[in-house]
Amino acid sequence: MRVSLTVNGKLRESEVEPRLLLVHFLRDVLGLTGTNIGCDTSSCGACTVLIGGDSVKSCTMLAVQADGTEITTIEGLAGEALHPVQEAFRQNHGLQCGYCTPGMVMAAASLLAEQPHPSEEEVRAGLEGNLCRCTGYHNIVKSVLAAADMAPVPAPAVAS
Amino acid sequence: MIPSSFEYRRASSLAEAITMLGEGGDDAKLLAGGHSLLPLMKLRLASPTVLVDIGRLRELSYVRDGGDHLAVGALTRHADVHNSDVVGREVPLLAHVAGQIGDPQVRHRGTIGGSIAHGDPASDLPAVCLALRATLLLAGPSGERQVPAIEFFTGFLETALARDEVLTEIRFPKLGGARWSFQKFNVRAQDWAIVGVAAVRNGSAGVALVNMADRPVLATGVEAALAAGASPEEAAAHASDGLEPPSDVRASGEYRRHLATVLVRRALEEAGA
Ligand SMILES: Cc1cc2nc3c(=O)[nH]c(=O)nc-3n(C[C@H](O)[C@H](O)[C@H](O)COP(=O)(O)OP(=O)(O)OC[C@H]3O[C@@H](n4cnc5c(N)ncnc54)[C@H](O)[C@@H]3O)c2cc1C
Ligand code: FES
Ligand code: FES
Repeated sequence: MRVSLTVNGKLRESEVEPRLLLVHFLRDVLGLTGTNIGCDTSSCGACTVLIGGDSVKSCTMLAVQADGTEITTIEGLAGEALHPVQEAFRQNHGLQCGYCTPGMVMAAASLLAEQPHPSEEEVRAGLEGNLCRCTGYHNIVKSVLAAADMAPVPAPAVAS
Repeated sequence: MIPSSFEYRRASSLAEAITMLGEGGDDAKLLAGGHSLLPLMKLRLASPTVLVDIGRLRELSYVRDGGDHLAVGALTRHADVHNSDVVGREVPLLAHVAGQIGDPQVRHRGTIGGSIAHGDPASDLPAVCLALRATLLLAGPSGERQVPAIEFFTGFLETALARDEVLTEIRFPKLGGARWSFQKFNVRAQDWAIVGVAAVRNGSAGVALVNMADRPVLATGVEAALAAGASPEEAAAHASDGLEPPSDVRASGEYRRHLATVLVRRALEEAGA
């Protein structure tokens, strides 16, 4: 089936098998390997991308379901400068091995778009869909709180 | 993990979805948010030959005030139910529970209709439907019918839905100030409940259980004890009357019986029963 979707502001079209998962479309068809696969069982959040600004686990969605949508991956989050969440992760050492980081950053961007000034508890609850095997949660939470202070957080680009 | 091959059809209306289901034969399945079905397909525990995608039927995503009840469209996502002002005001138990499901990513995709139609004893929203005596609207080739939630769940992942029927709407009686409680016991934040309890005190009491049988169930023993004037503690002793709770990697049936007694007592104390 032919799908046509906007990924990081660029219109991408491709013929895909209906069973192709969105994460494989992003990584294998478009070569956007910043989106990681961790568990492949909908638990870890490493594969989180934004669809219309909302965080979604791309291992639990078919590419055909994303037809016509606007997707932002970690590669598309920064503009001229890093996105505030990325900048805050850098400044606060919000990563160890970095495997969970793309998903954490995307989940945090979605969280801050919904709740621009969350409490620490709200950040922890807002990241419950993302696991860090290095268990570096403390600095991740610190980074997200710092990003909220850097606001304004621009809403991820959505055309419609 | 990659699902086995299937034919993908996208419905652009409810009528088309019903027709496509009919044409698809025995192994056709609806796809809503995909957050129960796709994980099963990736594990090859489900291998439908035709998927009818109803995810774009935005006309089935709504919350409407029906006077004495709230009508929620089956394609309404958990996040939208949780954030709806009118749900928060009129059926706060439902708004609360929708916000407890999985994690934010799951709530951005999963739908209320998919949660109920899946008939999973581990899901949270079926217990809310049972405790509140919700009514479900089903649409099929010969029209629409209403089924009380208490008659909907018929077995493990089995419901009253016919093969070519679509769940279109769930009607929840307004709570009108009645007190309620939802108790969910799990080990990891994003997990399903090991045992859960939804309780409401609305004149009579409604009490339903998560993960205490092969299907979502009412705690009939608790409801009967309360009707006869029992205290929360006395009523909670009947939490698993007539039930065979499952044993799995997370808990034994015996442990679930114990948990149910504790959680029902807490729920009834909180709901002021
Ligand atoms: C990591 C994770 C954690 C989760 N945690 C929880 C939790 O804590 N509590 C909880 O309750 N749930 C949990 N869920 C499940 C989640 O709530 C699902 O969204 C929900 O169970 C199914 O909704 P869906 O729209 O995704 O349905 P789908 O997966 O698309 O469909 C599920 C089934 O219902 C059928 N169906 C769907 N819509 C209709 C309809 N309108 N009419 C007739 N049949 C229909 C489909 O054919 C399919 O058989 C979790 C899921 C994941 C991936
Ligand atoms: S890879 Fe998608 S949730 Fe882990
Ligand atoms: S930094 Fe290593 S998994 Fe999170």
